[in-house]
Amino acid sequence: MPKFIKDVSIVLGGAAGQGIQTVEETLTRVLKLSGYNVYANKEYMSRVRGGVNTTEIRVSSEKVRAFVRRIDILIPFKRGVLPWVEKRISKNTVVLGEKENVEEEFLENVTFIEVPLSKISKEVGGSLYLNTVAAGVIAGLFHADIKVLEEYLRKRFGGKGEEIVEKNIEAAIRGYDLGRKLCEEKKVEIEVSKDESVKDDILLSGTEAIALGALAGGMNFLSFYPMSPSTGVAVFLAQHAEDFEIIVEQVEDEISAINMALGAWFAGARAMVTTSGGGFALMTEAISLAGMAENPVVVHLAQRPGPATGLPTRTMQGDLNLALHAGHGEFPRIILAPGTIGEAFYLTAEAFNLADKYQVPVIIMTDEYLVDTYYNISDIEFDRIKVEKHVVEAEEDYKRYKLTEDGISPRAIPGYGKGVVVANGNEHDEYGDITEDEELSRIMQEKRAIRKLETIKKSAKLPKLVGDENARYLVIGWGSTFHVIREALERLNTDDVAFLHFSWVYPLREDIREMLDGKVTIDIESNVTGQFAQLLKRELGVEVNYKILKYDGRPFSVEEICDALKGVLK
Amino acid sequence: MNLDPKIFEPKRPGSQDVAWCPGCGNFGIRNILKRAFVELGLNPWEVVIISGIGQAAKMPHYINVHGYHTLHGRAIPIATAVKASNPELTVIAEGGDGDMYAEGGNHLIHAIRRNPNITVLIHDNQIYGLTKGQASPTTMLGMKTPTQPWGVFEEPFNPIALAVALNASFVARTFMGYFKESVEIIKEAIQHKGLAIVDILHPCVSFNKLNTYTWYREHTYWMEDHDPYDREEAFKRAIEKDPLPLGVFYINERPTFEEMSPAYKRDKTPLWKRVPKVEEIKRILDLKRRF
Repeated sequence: MPKFIKDVSIVLGGAAGQGIQTVEETLTRVLKLSGYNVYANKEYMSRVRGGVNTTEIRVSSEKVRAFVRRIDILIPFKRGVLPWVEKRISKNTVVLGEKENVEEEFLENVTFIEVPLSKISKEVGGSLYLNTVAAGVIAGLFHADIKVLEEYLRKRFGGKGEEIVEKNIEAAIRGYDLGRKLCEEKKVEIEVSKDESVKDDILLSGTEAIALGALAGGMNFLSFYPMSPSTGVAVFLAQHAEDFEIIVEQVEDEISAINMALGAWFAGARAMVTTSGGGFALMTEAISLAGMAENPVVVHLAQRPGPATGLPTRTMQGDLNLALHAGHGEFPRIILAPGTIGEAFYLTAEAFNLADKYQVPVIIMTDEYLVDTYYNISDIEFDRIKVEKHVVEAEEDYKRYKLTEDGISPRAIPGYGKGVVVANGNEHDEYGDITEDEELSRIMQEKRAIRKLETIKKSAKLPKLVGDENARYLVIGWGSTFHVIREALERLNTDDVAFLHFSWVYPLREDIREMLDGKVTIDIESNVTGQFAQLLKRELGVEVNYKILKYDGRPFSVEEICDALKGVLK
Repeated sequence: MNLDPKIFEPKRPGSQDVAWCPGCGNFGIRNILKRAFVELGLNPWEVVIISGIGQAAKMPHYINVHGYHTLHGRAIPIATAVKASNPELTVIAEGGDGDMYAEGGNHLIHAIRRNPNITVLIHDNQIYGLTKGQASPTTMLGMKTPTQPWGVFEEPFNPIALAVALNASFVARTFMGYFKESVEIIKEAIQHKGLAIVDILHPCVSFNKLNTYTWYREHTYWMEDHDPYDREEAFKRAIEKDPLPLGVFYINERPTFEEMSPAYKRDKTPLWKRVPKVEEIKRILDLKRRF
């Protein structure tokens, strides 16, 4: 009899369009409101119908926030799911569902418990209710609050009429009772503790954190062209555009998107684009204009594997070099990469202040894994966010590119003051007019690429150290891998390994070198060539000792990092 | 009202040495613009010119208004966003035929659909000047250039027909050699609510030996008794080739991008003055505590 303690990994698998997302949404919300910590992440194919998509939900006593390879409970909604997750299942995996969805050769290799989902849903009123029955079964296994489940279904299906609502509730209760029965008969045993305080937590996804963080940072203009996995941010903001009274415009191409964002900033708005690698590649010319014209802009770059179309719905950290080098010519930029949902919110908000202050492109790098992940967080601390505007009034004889010691010229905008503002993508004098002067050309290059960069570096944030500063081994990671590496290290449970996580990726401060000094460094990143390790070498002259790289389009799992680290530490 | 065009003459040191050839049509266009601004009672700080790349796109340096000399082909999206961010400004996107019809062609098409309340001025001299004489999208059939030594065989781009076909809000063509008429057309374009496209014919004295001042006078005529609200008639005029009709071809009053945007439904404040709606964010987060 399988017994799951403290942490259960549930995987739902079905075809695109089969509605497993409904099950996922129902379960995560109802389980959280019942007092369980929840984490969810999905992997899906680039198609509208068919194939196999899966969602992992972790229900736990402690707050776990990372992807695990292991599947404790699997619900296949079609044939083909078990072969798809073959490497993740074992005799300890409980497969709940119908025999027809389980390939014969797997029956012996898993713990199969037949649950007549179709039969129950037909009795209730049709196959329409199958997903709700399945959600009910899992809710029952966890002894979730049945009132919360009912209330949720009422809300979710309320728009579809009373009959649909009642049938869904009936379906859920039938499933729930079945789930309870499985526990009572000790076919499955689950021991996960509930925590009252979790009920009030916020269930937030990476996508939502980026979008809300942008709004908190004063974003009032979003231009974009749809591209997975970045589109969710635009969808969320479009849905809320009326409430926030902001401009959200889907434009003809990414070139237009970024140029609009530049224009909006030029006129004093706070603008953002949301895109993925291919779209960002198209934006690079305007990124260069932003560098030359000292035009602030914020880019959300949600990575997926490339080159070209690559794996449109999967994850990778493969575009760091693109972000670092985007745009012809030499100019500074800031690259941020949040490691957690909370950080996605705070850093995105902060990105707008940084862009405004330093008048450079600020690129927030996420990936499919982070944007599609969600879990419960206790709160957002609004006192950590301050909107700092750096716009000055244009006076007569205003010089847009006034030479200053720190390389930052006070930025005026059209519409504020009676001087005129002249910005320019050509090399320019202090007023913004074209120049070909030898001396001035040199000075302006140094203003941007040296003085301004040095000013930014001074205020750059240090990476976060997790663990003992005297540890012999130092794991290095950036962006979305924060939690998976952290959990892997907790499992290894050794004082000999610490973890340095970079969410401020570029420019890097010189004093980071001291943090790496004398350590055996292990770089973990999700790309083929170790792009962050290359950056450390280029910027700080530090060569990492080991690299753990993953580039199959799937996120790192806790187990995988544990195994790889054991290999290094042995 | 200040009636002196001199207020539109920049005094900045870098704006004195003009890079246009002596006799270039761009000088005439600059005079037309200054006169139009004066007659509209505009002040320098109320006007923004967003330009692309090319000789025409150097305009922001030679006229005293806000300016942004941007990238080849990208003036329209930037100008669209400037207007959307601050509808109080008078916004002009300006560039040549290569800038607006070649590199920026896609943006022009979609700006017509989007209909921001900006004016798009195209200095159309039917040749590339700054890169020294290659064919542009509007170069006439058969013209031989250094890069089309066999003579241009691509069908010339017809911006007027394109704009009418896409149901643009305001479509006009002028020849800069006609000062007064051009001033009136530019004024009408700026005052028109919605995207106003003005194709401004002008000679390139250095690289286009065919379409000269004399040629334009001999091969154009002013439309009289034309109803710009008649789209079919506008299209008929648009496809006339020789002589080329001048004047306002088509007017189609429809809501602008800014008017349709949720940003201005209740509040007309320019975006730069606004603050984040923190309470609204908190409300959304609170919903996420429940379902």
